[in-house]
Amino acid sequence: MAATVRLPTLLRPAAGGVTTLTVEGATIGEVLVSLTTTYPAMRGQLLNDDGTLHRFLNVYVNDDDVRYLGGVDAPVDDADEITLLPAVAGGAFA
Amino acid sequence: MTRYASVLDLIGSTPVVDVSALSPKANVAILTKLEGRNPAGSVKDRVALSLVDAAEREGRLVRGRPGQTLIEPSSGNTGIALAMVCRLRGYELTVVLPTNVSPERRQLLMAWGARIIDSPGAEGSNGAVRLARRLADEHPEWVFLYQYANPANPAAHYATTGPEILADVPEVTHFVAGLGTSGTLMGVGHYLKEHRPSVQVWAVEPPSGELVDGLRSLDDGYIPPIFVDQGGAALLDRKVVVRPRESIEWTRRLTDVGLFVGLSAGATMAGAIKCAKEIPDGQSATIVTIASDDGWKYLSTGAWSDDVDSVVERARRIIYF
Repeated sequence: MAATVRLPTLLRPAAGGVTTLTVEGATIGEVLVSLTTTYPAMRGQLLNDDGTLHRFLNVYVNDDDVRYLGGVDAPVDDADEITLLPAVAGGAFA
Repeated sequence: MTRYASVLDLIGSTPVVDVSALSPKANVAILTKLEGRNPAGSVKDRVALSLVDAAEREGRLVRGRPGQTLIEPSSGNTGIALAMVCRLRGYELTVVLPTNVSPERRQLLMAWGARIIDSPGAEGSNGAVRLARRLADEHPEWVFLYQYANPANPAAHYATTGPEILADVPEVTHFVAGLGTSGTLMGVGHYLKEHRPSVQVWAVEPPSGELVDGLRSLDDGYIPPIFVDQGGAALLDRKVVVRPRESIEWTRRLTDVGLFVGLSAGATMAGAIKCAKEIPDGQSATIVTIASDDGWKYLSTGAWSDDVDSVVERARRIIYF
């Protein structure tokens, strides 16, 4: 499987400045490991040592937060778009 | 009509209206709770009153004592609601406001007499929270109610919004609301799940995208303490991002059923539509959403009148949640 991954501004320098990448992996965990293998500067930014998601990283498959779809075990298909975004205060929501 | 002793008595008991005409499925009803009917114009009236009442009960604020100042980070509505409550209760309010909120929000704060301190727009709400925390540390004489961490925020929704929804829509199967401080989702979510354990709770959030270009690393990230303290990760069933284009398109679509509501209400409606599309054919469902405010504060965005592409471009640069 090869999904499209969209990087947030703060992770782009670690990938040579690009906005999107095509990354292999059948699960979110595999995609993120593949990313850190290719771009070691992302290590520690995506996954914790135990393989769980970084606390302040939100990962979406087609705009759906993977934490509620099985986390790093959430499946990834070829046509999927994976978006990485930092967790931030959403603003006074109204 | 009922006669009220104070504007504060007008807070809550907001109407719910059926917007199922916009549902993609005949077997899925969608109802929205019109929080713009609150006196300062948003769902945050409930929170502001609850925060101030709790501080008075705890003795952090004393009615009638001169010279008491509150400080609060807000992208608008909490500040506006607090400004109204503080004006009535005799407290001074300073709001830390990101520079990239709509001008109407800024003017409403001024209308109720709040003082405004600007925080960098590029840091979004994170920057406002950070600056308010620093100022509160530097001024221990100021009262910092901190809506992102104060249990009185979700408590307002547990005590009022949740019971109102269940009373008006006892058949509710899904609750969809925006995620900012997480107060609405935690308060209503816990109330509904306690009384209707099968209810699904969906969070909708805007993409942080260009609003957080000021972040240097992921470690600058922020999760509202309320979300953590109230077990948000276990409470929510789904969390979806709704992009500016969908938010604006659904804000406009809501006028088809007569509703002139804010951009976050459009985003929440877009989330409800995603939710409705996942209900299996032949299964019925009733989705309740929150329309946090009305459209008045967003007229300057051109959301209803301008070319949608230019509005989307503008929305990417402002905080509308």
